[in-house]
Amino acid sequence: MSDKKPERREFLFTASYAVGAVGVGAVVWPLIDQMNPDASVKALASTEVDVSSVKPGNTITVLWRGKPVFIRRRTQEEISEAKSVKMEDLKHPEKDEDRAKDPEWLVMLGVCTHLGCVPLNDKGDYDGWFCPCHGSHYDTSGRIRKGPAPLNMEVPKYEFVNANTIKIG
Amino acid sequence: MKNFIKLFSIITLICFSSVQSNSEETAKLLKTDWSFKGLFGKFDRGSLQRGYQVYTEVCSSCHSMKYLSYRNLGEKGGPEFSEAEVKAIAASFEVMDGPNVDGEMFLRPGKLSDKFVMPYENVKAAQAANGGAYPPDMSVLVKARGGGVDYIYSLLQGYVDAPSEMTLDDGVHYNKYMYGNKIKMASPLSDGIIEYGDGKEATVEQMSKDVTTFLMWAAEPHLESRHKMGFKAIVYLIILTILVYFSMKKIWSRVESEV
Amino acid sequence: MSDHEYTPSSKFGKWFNDRLPLLSLASHLTDYPTPKNLNYWWTFGGILTFCLITQVVTGLTLAMHYIAHADMAFESVEHIMRDVNYGWLIRYIHSNGASMFFLAVYIHIFRSLFYGSYKSPREIIWIIGIIIYLLMMAAAFMGYVLPWGQMSFWGATVITNLFSAIPLVGEGIVTWLWGGYSVDNPTLTRFFTLHYLIPFLILGLVVLHIWALHVPGNNNPVGIDIKKPSKDTVPFHPYIVIKDGFALLMFLIVFAFFVFYSPNILGHADNYIEANPMVTPAHIVPEWYLLPFYAILRSVPDKLLGVVAMLSAILILAVLPWLDTSKIRSAVFRPLYKQFYWILVADVLILGYMGAMPAEGLYLLIARVATAYYFLHFLVVLPVLGFKEKTLPVPLSITEPVLGGSPNLATAKNKENFEK
Repeated sequence: MSDKKPERREFLFTASYAVGAVGVGAVVWPLIDQMNPDASVKALASTEVDVSSVKPGNTITVLWRGKPVFIRRRTQEEISEAKSVKMEDLKHPEKDEDRAKDPEWLVMLGVCTHLGCVPLNDKGDYDGWFCPCHGSHYDTSGRIRKGPAPLNMEVPKYEFVNANTIKIG
Repeated sequence: MKNFIKLFSIITLICFSSVQSNSEETAKLLKTDWSFKGLFGKFDRGSLQRGYQVYTEVCSSCHSMKYLSYRNLGEKGGPEFSEAEVKAIAASFEVMDGPNVDGEMFLRPGKLSDKFVMPYENVKAAQAANGGAYPPDMSVLVKARGGGVDYIYSLLQGYVDAPSEMTLDDGVHYNKYMYGNKIKMASPLSDGIIEYGDGKEATVEQMSKDVTTFLMWAAEPHLESRHKMGFKAIVYLIILTILVYFSMKKIWSRVESEV
Repeated sequence: MSDHEYTPSSKFGKWFNDRLPLLSLASHLTDYPTPKNLNYWWTFGGILTFCLITQVVTGLTLAMHYIAHADMAFESVEHIMRDVNYGWLIRYIHSNGASMFFLAVYIHIFRSLFYGSYKSPREIIWIIGIIIYLLMMAAAFMGYVLPWGQMSFWGATVITNLFSAIPLVGEGIVTWLWGGYSVDNPTLTRFFTLHYLIPFLILGLVVLHIWALHVPGNNNPVGIDIKKPSKDTVPFHPYIVIKDGFALLMFLIVFAFFVFYSPNILGHADNYIEANPMVTPAHIVPEWYLLPFYAILRSVPDKLLGVVAMLSAILILAVLPWLDTSKIRSAVFRPLYKQFYWILVADVLILGYMGAMPAEGLYLLIARVATAYYFLHFLVVLPVLGFKEKTLPVPLSITEPVLGGSPNLATAKNKENFEK
């Protein structure tokens, strides 16, 4: 093998490899990105819900991003119960006012934080929800009180667009 | 190498000549400058917005555009209406939704995520309302006709009196550019039939151009990114080809005899 | 094929290679002695491999979004084009990739026809190639049905109906293919399954194709056997790898022009109209790469004979090694064959053009003449030429005509004067 100007030869090959690698990367990215949520899925990222017919003490369940969301219009009793819980008693300490800006309305993902089952309403030892899969108990603020679930039920981004409508997501 | 070029040019010639011959049955199509053609082609934003207006006010009463969503009107590469404008456009249409808690379907104002509302429930309803002819959906109409944008542009301006020897049935009209010259759609455009929001004069030619531009975008919403990416891709390939060519020469110089 | 013992450099490499000799295989492939006089017509094998991988990868990602149901197929394709991230790009690469695949395969086949690559001892490579070609056509035909446009539907109807030409069992076979009484949803779903499967069959055959090639080694432009590998060959890596790479890049530039600037020019506008069983398009045409066979099919007025003619046109290629009686491989040294070769090329191009035209009048006449000539070339011209043709003297080895300047410098007759 002849040894003419190895440096220049090296540079040419290195440059070719480098430029080639850029191309490979540019080709690979679309193939990966096509699996990300597409435009039509992203457009359905938020849902508006009419809550005018929900009476105090009642809960409705709506579908948002393919998952159930509990919207509960809480009674005064439930609100005071939620506010009176001490932070030390909670596995996942969260103040009720941080979970429900308007204390009358509790909006949260109806998905147990243990392994994803849908907890049952008005059941369990804490006047909230009970998950039948592995026995997690949630209180009137949707916080985990007993059982294997590690976290409180997740509160998604939501806002009242008017007195009767909540926009989730 | 010579033979390769010979072969390549023969193949290219054949590809291009066979494409033309399908649409030359009737009159030669009208030509105009399309801003989106060519290597650096882009859509004229104003033309797209005017074209949308023509579609909505003239065509949409019979022609659906079912693969488009209202949010597309605000996305990059299209008419690029503002978010507020697009929300207002969507809300101006009534969309069927449901079933509600009582099990009934109901109408509600359109949202960004909704598809364009169709003028008729289904194809049969459309045919029944239009003398048996189905007004084709316009989502990809420009790609579904051999002459493409030139064909649509010409057809809209091609309504002239039929030659004396031709008799037309009821509801059939003569068009210079329609394949077979007979069309069941009456001339949809006439000067001043709508008033453009931007004040431009709404002549038949202007509306034909604008609505056709809009239809081109509707059929190919990613045309601009495609052109942009294509330019980058080809420049990149040329650079890499040059580098690889010299690498190849370098490597092959190690062999005593020439290739 | 020269065998040399390959020992992996690392301990793990040696352990692994003793159990599954992948490293030895890689070494064989990189060292594989390739004739040094190969020209650019030889780069299309590599290009074809690239095309196959491209189609598989883009096809796989498209299949993540495509819905194989008559009510949703067309819409799902529009969903891919509009909403899926880079969906339009992947779709256009796949549809134009099919055309590029066939462009490359035709160049590859015609290379073999010119240089006699199908001749002994490479008959099996050639026959496997014909089978790959048939599978490519099946895959392409079924792939074209999937968007469920007018051409998808009616092309499927016309071609599946051909099977009814088979006496006695024809009708039954067609119903069996359709899964119903016409092309409909069951046909679409099974075409999707088979379209997904076939490329992997092709992949397997390509492995056999290359394996069979590596036994005698590549043919070369001069068409003579390599006698001294050390003088006449170069290791596949890096010489052929870089040359194939360069050719591939040129090919990709052409590919890019189609994908980014004229993505629909090779297709048919009617396929952007949703399939309608009640309305037949004015001119049903297959994609360009199937046009020559379409022309042959329509040349024959009888339905069954037309199908037989079309199939024979492909199958006759399989017996080509035995039809061509010439002892000389390469057309470089067969001046008369060279003329007939280019006439065949023109004939196939004419057939292709006729396939796109309505099957009537002058077009039909030309198609018939071109069809007759096609069979004449293989059944009459080739066997006769082998005996009658006066060939040019073939050089002794491949390096020395290049060094000497003229291929006639040393001939097989003057063997004694030249030391190996």
